[in-house]
Amino acid sequence: MNSQTSIKARNYAASSSLLKRNIHKFLDNKLALIGLIVVVMMTAACIIGALAGVDYETPNLYVMKSPPMPGHPFGTDTIGRDLFARVLYGGCFSIFIGVFCAVMSSAIGATLGAVAGYCGGWTDKVIVRISEIFQAFPQLVLVMMLVAIVNKRGLGNLLLIFVATGWMTTFRMVRNEFLSLKGETYVKVSEAFGMSKQNIMFKQVLPNVMSPIIVSTTTNVAFFILQEAALSFIGLGVADKTPTWGNILNVAKSVSVVTDQWWIWVFPGLSISLFVLAINFLGDGLRDVLDPKQQ
Amino acid sequence: MSADEKNAIIQIQNLKTWFLVTKGAFKKVVGYVKAVDGVSLKVYKGEALGIVGESGCGKSTLGKTIMLLEKPTGGKILYNDNGTFKDVTQFNKQETFAFRKKVQMVFQDPYSALNPQKKIYTSFEEPLKVHGVKTQEEREAAMQKVLKMVNIQPEYLMRYPHQFSGGQRQRLCIARALVVKPDVLICDEPVSALDVSIQAQVLNLMKDIQKELHLTYLFIAHDLSVVQYMSDRIVVMYLGKIVEIADSKSLYDDPLHPYTRALLSAIPVPDIHNHKKRIVLEGETPSPIRKPSGCAFHSRCPNRMEICKTVDPALLHRGQNGHMVACHLYDDKVEGKSAVKMDGKGSALEERADSDEKY
Repeated sequence: MNSQTSIKARNYAASSSLLKRNIHKFLDNKLALIGLIVVVMMTAACIIGALAGVDYETPNLYVMKSPPMPGHPFGTDTIGRDLFARVLYGGCFSIFIGVFCAVMSSAIGATLGAVAGYCGGWTDKVIVRISEIFQAFPQLVLVMMLVAIVNKRGLGNLLLIFVATGWMTTFRMVRNEFLSLKGETYVKVSEAFGMSKQNIMFKQVLPNVMSPIIVSTTTNVAFFILQEAALSFIGLGVADKTPTWGNILNVAKSVSVVTDQWWIWVFPGLSISLFVLAINFLGDGLRDVLDPKQQ
Repeated sequence: MSADEKNAIIQIQNLKTWFLVTKGAFKKVVGYVKAVDGVSLKVYKGEALGIVGESGCGKSTLGKTIMLLEKPTGGKILYNDNGTFKDVTQFNKQETFAFRKKVQMVFQDPYSALNPQKKIYTSFEEPLKVHGVKTQEEREAAMQKVLKMVNIQPEYLMRYPHQFSGGQRQRLCIARALVVKPDVLICDEPVSALDVSIQAQVLNLMKDIQKELHLTYLFIAHDLSVVQYMSDRIVVMYLGKIVEIADSKSLYDDPLHPYTRALLSAIPVPDIHNHKKRIVLEGETPSPIRKPSGCAFHSRCPNRMEICKTVDPALLHRGQNGHMVACHLYDDKVEGKSAVKMDGKGSALEERADSDEKY
């Protein structure tokens, strides 16, 4: 036997991979594929637009409240800023807020859930109580409190509060999964081999919980984008000069804009709806693909 | 140290593993499940010690306690580490870690014993990494060695567990337990989840491996034929206690304890003309939370006497070749057992032909 090349290297090509199979399964799911394409295209458009340096902040008083026209495909807003540029640039912020908060809250929720579920006993009790305390705080009140304390509406505040108030659902899900997976024989085997607790929690059990975490992260992206839009709409989100999708919509609080300048709220509103819908399709598709019970 | 002790690799002394039974919001302790209740036995180097008993008699818990997967409530587990006996239950973290390399376990369910998200290669590699086998060549050499023993091609290592059948998985589990080169292998019902035809294959394999590596087996099972085939000595457990220990031959030829006799009479015989007399025990196994007083078996024993209700019999040498039994029937001082004939196989028991006599 040729001992020069390792078993791993020799058989790598022939190895069947769960990933490959999952990709095939995903590609067969048309709705999820459309979702993925829309998400990727919108994100790419926003990033390219922002990198290309579209002018989103110079007011052009000659073309105030102009409906869509050549040069301004989405029209202009109440002080003559190009809406297309604002939607592109704002998309970067909205998507960033959604993705960052979803990933961070999943990371925190998964870590705490793993520790609580695996260790059990007092550790579990303390972490569960903490999560319940966090759950009891209304998000809106927290945002208002922080705005009042810091006296400034910033991106950082919003991210902090979204993450702090958003990790509990993932936490509970991961904890429940751990409680049931703890009884699996391979956990006992790992213990019998003398593996450390961290190793068993994060390297042995957590990979088995990854699929629900991925699915809930994608749906959380949509949730946080909507949250940001809602908070910005009522004027509690990111500072005014940053054009997130919600901030652009903020103008539509006035009745005259709603009735007379439809393009100001239709385009950012459509962007939000389209992106959130696409993300949800994507999440549903991932759920179908990654659900281990369907393998 | 006597020769007997020198040959022992594990000595268990009065081992107890009790589980708390709590009730209500304040977790009031209302009782104990005495899964293992005062077990003492010696495991000799290179032997295959079978442990039998019905479900819930504590045989699996005994295995897990020796493996330190359950915390013992009392007693000692002494491990022979190059001539000196060390109490495993008092081990610190480092010593426990070293002990894990010496004693390994094969579990009952091969379907959940391999991590479904990991390639077999990773499942084999991780224990080796944890136990300080640094280079990939060394690890793969160790893997190839054990895979050869269980007749699985190294190419299969890159597959996932769901691509294997139950028998293959159990062979992989055995190989994985052997990859850290243990001295003792605790097999917790390793074949009960498998087809009968596959069972034979896996059992033969385990026998060959034992011969090749001079392993000590602790073979836990509820299938008496399997245990007879695999073991040199057999321990019979009932409700957390050992009722009989004997070498395989004398246990099957001349069982002493009434419970062992009843168990042995339940082995099916593949012969239609041989109507075996079956001893049917009365009643159910009592709950391990509320064990009967005295001898735990007295509530179902066909030979019960007055003394059995109050005095728990000790496990004493009663026959040849270290045949030990815990039963008052063999106690010379006890009166009123004159009706019991000691030599005949189960002759003193109330016998009943199996129900198939009707046909």
